[in-house]
Amino acid sequence: MENDLGWWAVPLAVLGGAIRVSTPILFVSLGEMLTERSGRINLGLEGTLVFGAMAGYATAVITGDPWAGVLLAALAGAVFGLVHGLICSMARVNDIAIGIAMMLLGTGLAFYFGKPFIQPVAPDLPSIPFGWWSEVPQVQAALNVNVLFLAGIAAALVLHWGLRSTRPGLILRVVGDSTDAARAMGLRPAVIRTMATALGGAFAGVGGAYLSLFYPGSWNEGISSGQGLMAVALVIFARWQPVNCFWAALLFGGAGALGPALQSVGVTEGYYLFYAAPYVLTLGVLIATSSPNRALAGAPGELSITK
Amino acid sequence: MRPPVTAIGADPLPPGALEVETVGMTMRFGSFTALEDVSIRVAPGTFHALLGENGAGKSTLVKCIMGFYHATAGQLMVGRREAEIADPRDARALGMGMVYQHFTLVPSLTVAENLVISRADAPVVIDWAKERAGLEAFMAAMPFRVPLDQPVARLAAGEKQKLEILKQLYLGSRFLILDEPTSVLTPDEADEVLGHVRGLCEAGEISVLMITHKFREVTAFADEVSVLRRGRLVGQGHVADLSHAQMAAMMIGAEKEQRPVARSGLRGAPMLELRGVKAADRSGLKEIAVESLTVHAGEIVGIAGISGNGQMELMEVLTGQRAARGGEIRVQGVPYGATRAEAQSHAVRYLPEEPLRNACAPRMSVIENIAFRSFDRNGAGRRFWLSANEMRAAARDLIGAFKVKVADPDGPIAALSGGNVQRAVLARELTGEVKLLVISNPCFGLDFAAVSEIRARIVAARNAGAAVLLMSEDLDEVLELSDRVLVMSEGRITYEVPAAEAKIAEIGHYMGGHAA
Ligand SMILES: Nc1ncnc2c1ncn2[C@@H]1O[C@H](COP(=O)(O)OP(=O)(O)OP(=O)(O)O)[C@@H](O)[C@H]1O
Ligand SMILES: [Mg+2]
Repeated sequence: MENDLGWWAVPLAVLGGAIRVSTPILFVSLGEMLTERSGRINLGLEGTLVFGAMAGYATAVITGDPWAGVLLAALAGAVFGLVHGLICSMARVNDIAIGIAMMLLGTGLAFYFGKPFIQPVAPDLPSIPFGWWSEVPQVQAALNVNVLFLAGIAAALVLHWGLRSTRPGLILRVVGDSTDAARAMGLRPAVIRTMATALGGAFAGVGGAYLSLFYPGSWNEGISSGQGLMAVALVIFARWQPVNCFWAALLFGGAGALGPALQSVGVTEGYYLFYAAPYVLTLGVLIATSSPNRALAGAPGELSITK
Repeated sequence: MRPPVTAIGADPLPPGALEVETVGMTMRFGSFTALEDVSIRVAPGTFHALLGENGAGKSTLVKCIMGFYHATAGQLMVGRREAEIADPRDARALGMGMVYQHFTLVPSLTVAENLVISRADAPVVIDWAKERAGLEAFMAAMPFRVPLDQPVARLAAGEKQKLEILKQLYLGSRFLILDEPTSVLTPDEADEVLGHVRGLCEAGEISVLMITHKFREVTAFADEVSVLRRGRLVGQGHVADLSHAQMAAMMIGAEKEQRPVARSGLRGAPMLELRGVKAADRSGLKEIAVESLTVHAGEIVGIAGISGNGQMELMEVLTGQRAARGGEIRVQGVPYGATRAEAQSHAVRYLPEEPLRNACAPRMSVIENIAFRSFDRNGAGRRFWLSANEMRAAARDLIGAFKVKVADPDGPIAALSGGNVQRAVLARELTGEVKLLVISNPCFGLDFAAVSEIRARIVAARNAGAAVLLMSEDLDEVLELSDRVLVMSEGRITYEVPAAEAKIAEIGHYMGGHAA
């Protein structure tokens, strides 16, 4: 290391890590937020994420265009969401059980179809070097921001606005909060929930494409470390608010980068404890913000886990 | 968007109030017939009242009209034309709107959001500045107002009911169905709301079909009345030609009205004592504080007050649904934490408001719901294995004794009509030993025969030595039942008077929060 930043390297690495690691979590949690806002929970997003990673990578390998990969991952995610939504629209079907089945199906299919793509190398998604002004390589690395991260921020802002100020957004909230009210308005809750789940699946698919096409940037069977499931907790933690999803994802990503960052400045003992930081953090925040007296503020009324 | 459903090639319906008619409407739920061959005509610009006992099929009839249910047989005529209504959207496209018995507002949306999204032509992108201006102009022209920025979950029942009616007016409905619209309003509020609706009828802008249990409202506001009994139309006529007694006779047929039970017995030892009890109110911003409240055995203490003044929170503190911030609750002199064991050992029973939500498991069966107090009891002891037969037998007895109209005792309790849920919960709570009874709006949504029966049971419990704390928005009920009357206003108890000396004007004064 020519530029020795000492301990300054830690916050820098955490910042860079937060941006890198948070992107897929942000996409999955936005997708999950959309689904849950409609009154259903989709635990299958972990499977969608892994399948999206595989499908995106494979498409990028075949076409040579990473953006085609992102598009196909989104499409595949939407199909998974659609299947979940349609099955859950049938009478006496539990969304959580279907979600777990879809999770296993998604990972299973991804491993099956993904075998031939473990070796080939796909082109990476482009990123923007916001660190050009600095000479320090660590700064440059930290500020090398992928385009999808920016797209995620834009999506969070658009969703925030859309849930408040557009008819589809309000309709989604109506359906998620009260089936009776929705029916009295002449809406068809099952149709709207299915569409929301499909859109949510598309978000998760994009998150998967980011994993395989940028960071870590290859396709293998251990590509996801449970981001799809953590996203469910993050949505609760973010109180079903898209902009909060962004902050939560960033916090989670930053916490996840703590272990590697400490290791990189030469801490040799105990750093592995910090690998658990994101999980401990999530648990801690959930406990701290919960209350025995009130229902979770902001929880959609029709959600099976909070009803 | 589909076009409104009208006969093929027909002209659009004329503007102004709609004429709506049901012809031979029949509705079956499985083998149970909730509605049989009912024909009712609501002439344009008239105010039509629909009377009937709990479970008579009133809500079922209007839900068939609105396309919420699909009638097994029969026809609907709108503006003298046959109308095929597949779902509420079709009904709305025709200009028909309904205020349901159970609220259909979206709790987490604000009042403004609820109003705007309920409009069929809500724009895809909502320009809130413009909508706000429009809403404020609309509200300004209305006789009552609801705060636009509050989430509906924060509104009191009375405010929600006003908002439901405002919403229909905002949507420009030309035929309005009201299902017990005033059950949560004070008499003054009810008069104000119905007076305005009546005015719109007279102006020829809307026709109204209103379900109610209050004869007073029928006489004061309706032109015509139809009476249902056990799903059949048993009487019809002009309100001007009918007395209350005649309407009552049509409603209950040959059955006799019950007489109020005489009071007897002496006031006993203090049963329930509250000292300095404080709790957060539903908005979390204000606080309710009860300095001191004592209910003795053999006494009914009535708390009068306009809804949303802390009664709900007080009830929740007593039932253990809301944590108290301080102070002390004692039952029979012992600190009381409202656990199941404590409630059982002190024989404390509850009837909270909105019993389907606060005192039932809506998707569990009627039998199971009735067994909540006793399912794990075996005489004085406990049991591990439940006895389905005993539960069934006990439930059957209570359903009979309290005349709960149940199509299927094994079906979910949520399928019962509003009044019958109330009866089922009362049956459960009034059975067995009762030392302390805490009740809130016990006759909400009950027909008049049921009202006198339930009130008689409450007085009977008192005569048998139970302490009764009664919270009610119906001042007449408080005055009729109570030995002592308290007034609750803005989270505090502001007035106390023995029922014998109570004056309505004085109480009304304190209810309005104008305490000197
Ligand atoms: N979805 C349903 N499934 C089965 N039975 C039902 C259903 N809805 C209503 N019923 C039954 O039909 C009967 C009529 O119910 P309805 O709700 O129309 O009564 P109501 O006249 O409105 O009474 P209330 O004054 O208590 O509101 C009741 O016995 C009820 O149990
Ligand atoms: Mg009814």
